[in-house]
Amino acid sequence: MLSKFAHAEIDSISTDRAMKIPGVRGVLTGEGLPLTGEEMKDRPPVAWGKVRYHGEVTAVVIADDPVTAAKAANLVEINYKPLPVVQTPSEAVKENAPLVHENTGIYEKDEGVNPIPGTNIASHTKIRKGSIQRGREESEVTIEESFFIPPSDHAAMETRSAAAEVKPDGKVIITTSSQAPFMVKKLMNSYFGIELGKVVVHTPLVGGGYGGKASVQQEILAYLASMKAGGRPVKIVYPREADLITAPCHMGMEATIKLWATRDGKLKAAEIQYLVEAGAYSDKAIHLTRAAAIDCTGPYFIENVWCDSYCVYTNHPYPAPYRGFSHSEVHFCFERAMDILAGKLNMDPLELRFRNAIRPGQTTPTQYKVNRSTVGDLPECIRRLKKLIRWEEGAVVRINERQLKVKGISCLWKNSTIPPDSTSGAIITFNEDGTANLISGVVEIGTGTKTVLAQIVAETLKMDINNIFVRMEIDTQTTPEHWKTVASRGTLMGGRAAMAAAEDAARQLKAIASCVLRARIEDLDIADSRVFIREEPDKGLHFKDIAYGYTFPNGNSIGGQIIGRGNYILRNLTHIDKETGKGKPGPEWAVGAQGVEIQFDCRDYTYKLIRAISVLDAGKVLNWKAARGQVTGAMSMGLAFAGREAFIFDKEGRIMNPQLRTYRPLHFSEKTEYIVDFVETPHVDAPFGARGLGEQGLISLPAALGNAISAAIELQVTSLPLTPETIWRMKEAER
Amino acid sequence: MTGRAAHFHINGEEYNIYIRNADTLLYVIRGKTGFTGAKPGCLNGDCGACTVIVNGWPVKSCLMLAVEAEGEEIITAEGLHGSEIQKAFVKYFAFQCGYCTPGYIMNCQTLITQYPEADRNKIKEWLDSNICRCTSYEEIEQALYSVLRQHR
Repeated sequence: MLSKFAHAEIDSISTDRAMKIPGVRGVLTGEGLPLTGEEMKDRPPVAWGKVRYHGEVTAVVIADDPVTAAKAANLVEINYKPLPVVQTPSEAVKENAPLVHENTGIYEKDEGVNPIPGTNIASHTKIRKGSIQRGREESEVTIEESFFIPPSDHAAMETRSAAAEVKPDGKVIITTSSQAPFMVKKLMNSYFGIELGKVVVHTPLVGGGYGGKASVQQEILAYLASMKAGGRPVKIVYPREADLITAPCHMGMEATIKLWATRDGKLKAAEIQYLVEAGAYSDKAIHLTRAAAIDCTGPYFIENVWCDSYCVYTNHPYPAPYRGFSHSEVHFCFERAMDILAGKLNMDPLELRFRNAIRPGQTTPTQYKVNRSTVGDLPECIRRLKKLIRWEEGAVVRINERQLKVKGISCLWKNSTIPPDSTSGAIITFNEDGTANLISGVVEIGTGTKTVLAQIVAETLKMDINNIFVRMEIDTQTTPEHWKTVASRGTLMGGRAAMAAAEDAARQLKAIASCVLRARIEDLDIADSRVFIREEPDKGLHFKDIAYGYTFPNGNSIGGQIIGRGNYILRNLTHIDKETGKGKPGPEWAVGAQGVEIQFDCRDYTYKLIRAISVLDAGKVLNWKAARGQVTGAMSMGLAFAGREAFIFDKEGRIMNPQLRTYRPLHFSEKTEYIVDFVETPHVDAPFGARGLGEQGLISLPAALGNAISAAIELQVTSLPLTPETIWRMKEAER
Repeated sequence: MTGRAAHFHINGEEYNIYIRNADTLLYVIRGKTGFTGAKPGCLNGDCGACTVIVNGWPVKSCLMLAVEAEGEEIITAEGLHGSEIQKAFVKYFAFQCGYCTPGYIMNCQTLITQYPEADRNKIKEWLDSNICRCTSYEEIEQALYSVLRQHR
């Protein structure tokens, strides 16, 4: 049962009639359930007392089959008393705005969460670097602009589903389509006090995530429903409509950006306010708010930066992470502001970016001094973009009376601000024939990370990759933990763990071979599934003779099955300072430059994408086809987000487009031409130097499209999505 | 609930299945035969992930009642194991998460059989009935063209 209201008191719930339907095993309501939420516990798993968004779960009917459940659900009677709705973060922070939560100040929360009691602000992150006053004094030009991005969705093709069963011995078995099975395990412990060893989470191949399946929502419902039904297995599958509106969505944002610069385009100060739309519950929005603050200026060095990033409740669905983790929203606002500044300076926007691009030795908003390894080479990305997009042709070229050819560019950076104690592990077991099995906690959500992990193992053990068998399913009892499959961190963390496991296996193989070959371990080498004496490569042993121990001719045996183990934890990360934001929030900043070229129709404001370009500093490309696929896929998603994707709310806060025909992702015939180029500045800590790649292709395309359309209509675009209708409204408003 | 036994030909095999009159073909195939290639994505025909081939034409199995498919020749993704189009999808990296892939493969396979001479517009029209959220569609196009080229 889902709420029909965006904000209402629940006067009464009656489940009596539903319970009388044969085949109904129970009806779960919010009564007596503990509060949940990842950094602040503000969310009842099932609404109780009031509903805070359209689509919120109000009751769960457990029945023998879906048809019976649907029939009974129609008989659950809920009486609501509607309350005034809050629809935007800027409305929500006004004095006397209706409160989405009355208890903001007293919820149980983690360190680093800073709610403001009596308001709709769930958390506040501050960046205080340098002095805005000084920056202003040194400047000659200033701009200020506000931006608006509505909530939207991931719309993975597989809708979320979860199953749970509580065994008689108390073991809780959960199967879920999740990017975060290990987080499900931890949260089941945190919310319900179930011993960690008694929670076993299975995750098979996941049908698309993009961050959306990194939130934990449905698993809780499945567990509670199973408890209600005496521990029997219960499965919940969201229909598309619920997957769009009930499950966590893609955040909205509002922003105000003020920039100060010298006349020759040197950025001197930035004063920024981000209002991250938390919707009804703070869950991951608190972290999204922090991430927005940490990388608040885009990839530019600015001496003086003030940023206030607020996590603001509204009566909209609450957000999960979304590919880029608040970076595409930050970049849309900041990179639009950069183009506005370039206009005021009468300077080439690409040149303005080149002059201010962050370089080794400079500091981030969190006052961390970067080097080549931690920040890559943005100036080189800009140089290459300039050539690829043929910038010398000019941003706007008139094709005929009606049509323009327009280019827009934008830069990006992204660090991944995951908790500093996040860990990843890997195990390599050997088979008797000398082949190996790789077990890693990285979930395969479509990024191909497990292929790359197998490549890393093959390279480290100098084995044929076809002799490495990769376990695809996750089972939190036997799979080593990988914190969450998010944040473009699979190759770095899972890769380092797999590399360590391979090195561990190599040491063990050499130790056995050393006894048999009567040679020191240091004199042995490995290649082609053999351990051999370096000086005389023909003297050696095949893995198959030592992978399960070695047996001498007389039957004496040594060793045993080779089991390599490895783990990785990020080094020297810090929490950020509460007052200034100072710290090292993540391992490295991946940088890039992107552009779009569109054909714009000045009469009806429609436009056609001609091509989109990404130049990313990938550190090192480990699998070219997979890397290109990740980047073009992200680009396609970014253009869809920028061009058309948004929830449409009515005046009561109800979502009017909860289907794939009204919330419409890109289709085949709408694809454009993609150009991808990689700069390779190694990230020294990463396997072979590889940087994150899964999100970067998306991050700056909304801004690039916004910049192109602004150039086409000679007005400043300040909101998404960029549909012909919104552009028409802007032009009409001007008249 | 009212229902009855019905007879289905799926992937060259025979199935006697007890169905409700209101059951969709998708529900019956996934729930009662063990073939899970057809995927539920929207249950209203928007996404094409549940596409199967019925008598040589692609059908969104969420929009067809099982009773309508009784006695017809049904092929699911499992029935195209080892086909050229399946191999082409692997070769060209034409999938990432893979959830939409069976639907695309069914659609492409039918297009190849019914319209080996399909032009660009025909291909656009056909492939627009599915949604892929991971790739940029570039790879799916390459996979399809690679097989079409062999058939011309």
